[in-house]
Amino acid sequence: MHHFTKLVTASTMIALMATAAYAQTPRDTVVMAKQIDDIISLDPAEAFEFSGVEVGANVYDKLITVDVARNNALIGDLAESWTVSADNLTYTFKLRSGVKFHSGNPLTAADVVYSFQRAVTLNKSPGFILTQFGFDKDNVLQKVKAVNDTTVEITVSKPFAPTFFLNCLTSGVASIVDSKLVMANAKDGDFGNGWLKLNSAGSGAYSVRAYRPNEQYALEANPNWYKGAPKNRRVIVRHVAEPASQRLLLEKGDIDVARNLSKDQLAAVREKADISLVQGDKGYILYLGLNTKNPNFAKPEVREALKWLVDYDSIERNIVAGTYKPHESFLPQGFLGAITDKPYKFDPAKAKELLAKAGLPNGFSVTMDVRSTAPITDIAQAIQANWAQAGVKLELIPGDGKQTLTKYRARTHDIYIGQWGPDYLDPHTNAETFAINENNGEDAKSKTLAWRNAWDIPEMTKITQAAVLESDAGKRAATYGALQREHQKISPFVIMFQQVEVSAQRKNVSGWVIGPTSDTNLYAPIVKN
Amino acid sequence: MASSSGPMTGPATAPSGSGPGRLTRWGKLLSRELTTVAITMFGLLAITFLIARVIPIDPVLAVVGDNARPDVYDAARLALGLDKPLWQQFAMYVGKVFTGDLGTSILTAQPVISDIKRVFPATLELATLGTLVGITFGIPLGVLAAVYQGRWPDQLARFIGLFGYSIPIFWLGLMGLLLFYAKLGWVSGPGRISIAYQDFVMPVTGVILLDAAMQGEWDAFWNALSHLVLPSAVLGMFSLAYISRMTRSFMITELQQQYVIAARVKGMSEARVIWRHALRNALVPLTTVIALSYANLLEGSVLTETIFAWPGLGRYITNGLLNADMNAVLGGTLVVGAIFIGVNLFADILGRIFDPRTR
Repeated sequence: MHHFTKLVTASTMIALMATAAYAQTPRDTVVMAKQIDDIISLDPAEAFEFSGVEVGANVYDKLITVDVARNNALIGDLAESWTVSADNLTYTFKLRSGVKFHSGNPLTAADVVYSFQRAVTLNKSPGFILTQFGFDKDNVLQKVKAVNDTTVEITVSKPFAPTFFLNCLTSGVASIVDSKLVMANAKDGDFGNGWLKLNSAGSGAYSVRAYRPNEQYALEANPNWYKGAPKNRRVIVRHVAEPASQRLLLEKGDIDVARNLSKDQLAAVREKADISLVQGDKGYILYLGLNTKNPNFAKPEVREALKWLVDYDSIERNIVAGTYKPHESFLPQGFLGAITDKPYKFDPAKAKELLAKAGLPNGFSVTMDVRSTAPITDIAQAIQANWAQAGVKLELIPGDGKQTLTKYRARTHDIYIGQWGPDYLDPHTNAETFAINENNGEDAKSKTLAWRNAWDIPEMTKITQAAVLESDAGKRAATYGALQREHQKISPFVIMFQQVEVSAQRKNVSGWVIGPTSDTNLYAPIVKN
Repeated sequence: MASSSGPMTGPATAPSGSGPGRLTRWGKLLSRELTTVAITMFGLLAITFLIARVIPIDPVLAVVGDNARPDVYDAARLALGLDKPLWQQFAMYVGKVFTGDLGTSILTAQPVISDIKRVFPATLELATLGTLVGITFGIPLGVLAAVYQGRWPDQLARFIGLFGYSIPIFWLGLMGLLLFYAKLGWVSGPGRISIAYQDFVMPVTGVILLDAAMQGEWDAFWNALSHLVLPSAVLGMFSLAYISRMTRSFMITELQQQYVIAARVKGMSEARVIWRHALRNALVPLTTVIALSYANLLEGSVLTETIFAWPGLGRYITNGLLNADMNAVLGGTLVVGAIFIGVNLFADILGRIFDPRTR
């Protein structure tokens, strides 16, 4: 017993004195701390959450991509050039020659066809981004064809706006995978899905060296990338759930980039001489959904009144400064057709007037389902105080994310406060969900956000659906502009903010650019001096 | 005298009886314990399953995410077997558990059993060191408090005990990081090992200290230890508080026993009376206390694991719960339950060995 005690005490003391035990990050390796527990899969045909899509963006190439520096203009990636037939039905892509996968296999038209076939056949969460163009598992091989080794021809079902189709091809689900390698790892007709969940078969800037769910992923640079070798040799992303821990790691130099610092922590590290901040507009919209099944929200005056009853400025200043910016329309900045109109500001008098007009001069009581997480809870509490000024008694029902979402999807909420992220870089993604409701019945096939809030809009649905067939990009943008202005007036959505993603990095790190979607968060340009 | 020295001399004073008779008694005991274990485990399984199914969270959302189309959603629901009646789902689950299949985690896309094999060693490492800290400092502190009852060592021990027990562990962890990692630089920060060392140690047992020592990677060993010191000290603080309070009360009881007076009268040194006689008897109930506190730490401390970015069992289960990953939650809970029952059983048996009266 005594010897044992001495031994333990001694070893504890030695450990405490091991002062130089921590190491700085290696020069050629970029180390990030990030919350990566949202990853369900690394398979580009399945990944549909931020972190999974971000890995895919760094591992795979697509036919088309966007130039973040030029307001998301479409540029060729694996496709050197492309043409669209006069009837807007057939697209012909000419592939870049000499591109090789990480495995060494040459990338050919057959890989493109296989990649489309597997994404459409697997039809996982992001599958609809492709299947909305009329592909299904039975016809995909007729609609996506290899003309020769370097030419692919794709036929869509309707004369969609070319911008719409091409924008969709920039999303992760349209990544090109190494068909030989994937087929070699396929099991029971799963198109290699089981294997690709944890491994990679791409031609992009990095290959997945090791991925341990909820712990970390390590990417190895591809020296033969067609755009030239990445500026670093390895990227290691560690799951650090606690933002305060991320901050400490960054300040000590044990990591190079911290991705999930809160507003207060960002304010604190901003002062440090050896740390700098990088920010980028994200497509995330923060909004309130008012369920029009509630008789009060069926009245347009009440919906408008609540839009005048949110103190946008003070919430921005006091709760979300630096991480969200005011935004009141359904298309985020950076998207085709986005507008900057902000018609509403905090005006309780005007709100009271509108409530009186709706027959509710003394306000009313209502509930809001609130996900217990920063900054949602704080914003909800601020709104509660704002609304009290016009007699609207708001009761907050706290819940965890999946719980509030389950209720929202079943349309049993009064008010839902939450975020909506675009699924791909085209205005249709948000227009569809905010402004299309084909069938307001319980048996609806398409349950958009408009449906979830029981907002029956046959006219607006037609206009929104027509916008995807407008081949002239300018006219298409104008349609979305008008649609959003109308939407701002009458919709049961109180759109408040657009997310700004901020990460903090050591001063010796440069080149990290945060794109508008996870598909555009690229690691290759990051350099350490 | 014979009665008082009984507990110390152990097997020598064990009740007489033929070998086979003792064996049957142990056999009976074992089978009774095993039946209890089986019933408890089944109850645990049933209750966890029920809770998992009645919470108002849709597990399909964990598979497909918020934006999924109805057809994708329906396909996932069918694949999870959620269209079947509850009892049928339960029967299927139990059947699988008996064949050692805990299902596949939705979040990690891995079999739950292999997930647990990966995360448990991290928790084991932390809990073991935490408990060692608790025993090393908690028992002497408790003994001192009992010996100097009502005087300043007792007050100090009470303060430390209350402090360790009532201070929020996440606060203690963050303050520890701030002081010993950020300011003083004595220990390493969050994570199990620094990135520079992580590829040096091949996972064999999963316990990094063991693996590093076995492979002779001493730099990696010290690095891992310097990562481990702070979280295990934080956990140890908690376990120390509990152990020291319990030691104190057991010791006070023992010190009032007649055998202590007898020993003193015999002229035995006070240190020998306290450490060899009284403490030895107090160790019997203490074994159970220590075992329970160890089992508690083995469940994984969610807050400590979160703050120290420690990929352990507690975080695995919590994360599963928050994301409606029910296979992970059920599997994890089952393992935790098994550990708890196992450690309890072990403490029981240990108690019987230490204390002949209970045989």
